[in-house]
Amino acid sequence: MSEIKRSYVRPLDVKHGRVDMTHGSGGRAMVQLISELFTRHLGNQYLGQGNDGAVLPVPMVDGLPARLVMSTDCHVVSPLFFPGGDIGCLSVHGTVNDVAMMGATPLYLSAGFILEEGFALCDLERIVVSMAHAARAAGVPVVTGDTKVVERGKGDGVFITTTGVGVLPQGLELGGARARPGDVVLVSGSIGDHGVAIMSQRENLSFDAPISSDTAALNGLVATMLATHADIRCLRDPTRGGLAATLNEIAGQSGVGMMLLEKAIPVKPVVAAACELLGLDPLNVANEGKLIAICSAADAPGLLAAMRSHPLGKDAALIGEVIADTHHFVQLTTAFGGRRIVDWLAGDQLPRIC
Amino acid sequence: MKYIDEFRDGDVARTLAHKIAAVAQASRNYSFMEFCGGHTHAISRYGLSDLLPPNVRMVHGPGCPVCVLPIGRVDMAIELALNRGVILCTYGDTLRVPASQGLSLMKAKARGGDIRMVYSTLDALQIARDNPQREVVFFAIGFETTTPPTALAIQQADQEQLSNFSVLCCHVLTPAAISTILESPEVRQWGTVPIDGFIGPAHVSTVIGSQPYEFFAEEYRKPVVIAGFEPLDVMQAILMLVRQVNEGRAEVENEFSRAVTREGNVKAQDRVAEVFELRRAFEWRGLSVVPYSALKVRAKYGTFDAERRFQLDYRSVPDNKACECGAILRGVKRPQDCKIFGTVCTPENPVGSCMVSSEGACAAHYSYGRYKDMNG
Repeated sequence: MSEIKRSYVRPLDVKHGRVDMTHGSGGRAMVQLISELFTRHLGNQYLGQGNDGAVLPVPMVDGLPARLVMSTDCHVVSPLFFPGGDIGCLSVHGTVNDVAMMGATPLYLSAGFILEEGFALCDLERIVVSMAHAARAAGVPVVTGDTKVVERGKGDGVFITTTGVGVLPQGLELGGARARPGDVVLVSGSIGDHGVAIMSQRENLSFDAPISSDTAALNGLVATMLATHADIRCLRDPTRGGLAATLNEIAGQSGVGMMLLEKAIPVKPVVAAACELLGLDPLNVANEGKLIAICSAADAPGLLAAMRSHPLGKDAALIGEVIADTHHFVQLTTAFGGRRIVDWLAGDQLPRIC
Repeated sequence: MKYIDEFRDGDVARTLAHKIAAVAQASRNYSFMEFCGGHTHAISRYGLSDLLPPNVRMVHGPGCPVCVLPIGRVDMAIELALNRGVILCTYGDTLRVPASQGLSLMKAKARGGDIRMVYSTLDALQIARDNPQREVVFFAIGFETTTPPTALAIQQADQEQLSNFSVLCCHVLTPAAISTILESPEVRQWGTVPIDGFIGPAHVSTVIGSQPYEFFAEEYRKPVVIAGFEPLDVMQAILMLVRQVNEGRAEVENEFSRAVTREGNVKAQDRVAEVFELRRAFEWRGLSVVPYSALKVRAKYGTFDAERRFQLDYRSVPDNKACECGAILRGVKRPQDCKIFGTVCTPENPVGSCMVSSEGACAAHYSYGRYKDMNG
């Protein structure tokens, strides 16, 4: 009979506890945090392997070995919790969407956490639960992860880096360099919701109609779109820098210009009003659940109809066309019938004085 | 968006455009200066110049608060933030204004300056209350629109005996700037800048009223139409200016009657007069030293004057030699006439202040209007 008593491990006090330096030091406290918080919520057969890396099967697509698509995204949003979401679900959606924009089916995620000493465990749990929920809803498990703790004052609560891996069938080529004059520009819904939700939370602004982030996983919508076999040249999610940055990026890569129609671009009235108040242009404001599709004009009606049949694309709209332009300008016909350039944003959007 | 959408109605704009085209006489040119950056922004943002007949031309004026801020003044703010250990509170637009030695407030912040963007003077006061052990300085810039809130903040700080709060006052006056332009040789003698009339400021006029412009209309025989910042306001104002020119009138008309009276906001004016007095001279970017064109804190409130408290001396710094901001602010040159426009000087790396704010003529043209420079 062994004399050694089984050591009692006090469960993690998620309700009142805080992240401290031991949670990142490689000792029992770290193991406990991983098992009682991360694995508990995010667990699946791959994460459960418990090795230094996950061993993953790569499926065949259409009887051919698929090509892998990999993308990574760091998330440092402040505030961590905002109307419509939090850094947890955002870190899943952001990377799932990046993989999906390649036309790939996202299969696996990794997650790296940088935690600040003193961060409340109950908040961490909320974030991890939200992540788990988002991963399940998107059908993309978190299969491996890592946690580090930095001293108080050297982080902003929690930073999350996620990497996504997906599979791309042979023959499907989407890319920013494939837009051609005559193509059309589609957007899956109203723009500016995420950025304005974050900004109004940051500035303590409240509106009669609350503004929620649009954060969502778009892999389902993309699958619906690809099923139409429309000639899609390029898909992008207009996150930081908004619609303006994304379209300028594509125009530059493809060596074309674009002409948009201001009236056709969907912007919710409450978002437009908030932008007015904050001195922002919705075209420069971030989105986390919207995509832009460049597609051949002939296939646009069918593609648009398919997008509108999906809940995340019900407000999809055709907002402009690709034109020949050696300057690669993105231009806009204003609601007034005048013209203007839609430029990249210079640095952060800053409120004007007057 | 009620009460805003009504002023952005495309159909009404086209009707107004037709009216302007019908009223404008083909035999002559019309050249109007929009004084305010807010109007410059509206004209560029909504593409209004495309709706005007070719013989009606808009000249951008100097009414962009950050554009007229001389390098020396930004240097003073940077000195406070980097070398005097203060918390410097500033409006967002000001962060990117280029200063000496390749610095700006944004870059000074990255070098460790405690520089915080605020939306109003009330935020700056709160920062002072929250940091009693630190000196908090509000970098007060702008025309008459932003002056009353600064006066209010100083009075509030006085009442609360908030001894760690002070203001670096760089408030400037609209009428002085208009006089300078009208007195400039380009307008008066050489006629190189033809100005047939002014679109008068919107927000500034809500404070100072329409009365101060009567002098320009009478003395210089220039029509002034005060207009709101919405695109339809601007179109309507242009129509009113064309009519005045055609009829040989030079009057002050008020298109922005929903917010501007002849007397203006007397309460706000009283507060400003209570707290501030005229500076004998003030350097503007582009207009150089303009007599009696700016405000300083009165001795009565001297403890809240950062210039006194930190014994700051103003040192004039010449603009970059290649930069044409000065000529552009006076309406003598257009942004695309400047050699470094769009090459060395871009919104990402502004050399001159006109490239900083979207109210600045250069940034407005760069971000919104460059398609007009395309050849074919």
